Amino acid sequence: MIDKQVAGVAEAVAGVKDGAVVLVAGFGTVGIADDLLEALHAQGARELTIVHNNAGNGDTGLARLISSGRVAKVICSYPRSGDYSAFLKAYREKTLELELVPQGIISERMHCHAAGLGGFFSPVTAHTKLAEGKETREIDGRLHVFEKPLKGDIALLRAKKADRWGNLVYDQSARNFNPIMAMAADLSVVQVDEMVELGSLDPEAVATPSIFIDRVVVVGAKA
Amino acid sequence: MTSSDKPYKPLNRDQMAWRAAQDLPEGAYVNLGIGMPTLAASYVPADREVIFHSENGILGLGPKPAPGMEDENMIDAGKNYTTLKTGGVFMHHADAFLMIRGGHLDVSLLGAFEVSEAGDLANWTTEDPSFPPGVGGAMDLAVGAKEIRVIMDHTDKKGNPRILKYCTLPLTAPGCVKRIYTNLAVIDVTPQGLFVLEMVEGMTLETLQSLTGPTLHLANSWQALTPPDAIAA
Repeated sequence: MIDKQVAGVAEAVAGVKDGAVVLVAGFGTVGIADDLLEALHAQGARELTIVHNNAGNGDTGLARLISSGRVAKVICSYPRSGDYSAFLKAYREKTLELELVPQGIISERMHCHAAGLGGFFSPVTAHTKLAEGKETREIDGRLHVFEKPLKGDIALLRAKKADRWGNLVYDQSARNFNPIMAMAADLSVVQVDEMVELGSLDPEAVATPSIFIDRVVVVGAKA
Repeated sequence: MTSSDKPYKPLNRDQMAWRAAQDLPEGAYVNLGIGMPTLAASYVPADREVIFHSENGILGLGPKPAPGMEDENMIDAGKNYTTLKTGGVFMHHADAFLMIRGGHLDVSLLGAFEVSEAGDLANWTTEDPSFPPGVGGAMDLAVGAKEIRVIMDHTDKKGNPRILKYCTLPLTAPGCVKRIYTNLAVIDVTPQGLFVLEMVEGMTLETLQSLTGPTLHLANSWQALTPPDAIAA
């Protein structure tokens, strides 16, 4: 019998190696696997590359990983969101590298890896500083910039409900990057509010089919 | 001369947002940028149905929730609490940006630091070396919608023009802006140059020109820009 549920968050993030690329879903403070990020801090992996829309908030989760020196590089679209003091300190002390990528390009690069494609040409960033050093091509009279696929070693996800196969449904705007990152990592781990019986999720409403999910842990809803 | 001595009165933020909202057509799918563009949602005429898109995966963005009705999992692109309109739906980030990049949105209304005569847009970085840069969805939004419109103050805080022959700040995208709503005028960007469609009452083309970099042309059908009294400062 397939059962992807694991007992706790430590088991959920077990095996992450130093230097891993970690896809962290969420937008602002919504749809972020806060408990899995805390568990990754406890797990101890170092020299991490974090792929996320922002760059941590406050002093827990991703911000704690950054302030404790465990992050070598952040790939994000907008670090200046909320209380990003942990990132700002590391950025000014030059202890981590920032790769700034437009928001839609980050998600499409992961989508591209998930789809087994070798990259794509996009008009976004053409004629701007963010295209410097990148291959370009004129397509139908418009300059396009080549973007490589982006793959994670692990994705840390948050959903509302899962079944034992790992089918997921989300809660409103907390869906955001979760379904894309679920598809783009070798190991996709999700914290959910609730496990439900196989067959009780509406097949038409499942936003992440189970094939993309490896481990599920129940953490419960936010207080 | 203080601002109250001027023969014209600049629009406030809500009046600028009101003016931009009047141009959103019935049935349009529209993305509103963070800040002043977001205010435009409140000023769509009541008899028009306009569907707002949010980059974080919402199509059919509603108004701000009533106090006490905020939902922690329901935020807009500016990370403020929001609601879903009846008929609204959610999608993941790659689809939200597919809608942005792929020409599916009718209008993208953006804030800006500078716009050039050719419609070049600079709205993502002021190159402050003490802070990390952030681009968010700005570059995606600037290339994809059927029509890119900008809403911004006509000059910077020191009174220097923000509509320029060439942008001085790093570009977000070249040649993309079609219409500019400022606190003084409505201006169309065309291959023949910048055409003033509307100016606030008391404004002259000569004065507006002195606050603008490139040459302005007065459209034949130009009119006074007069927001309703109800939208006061």
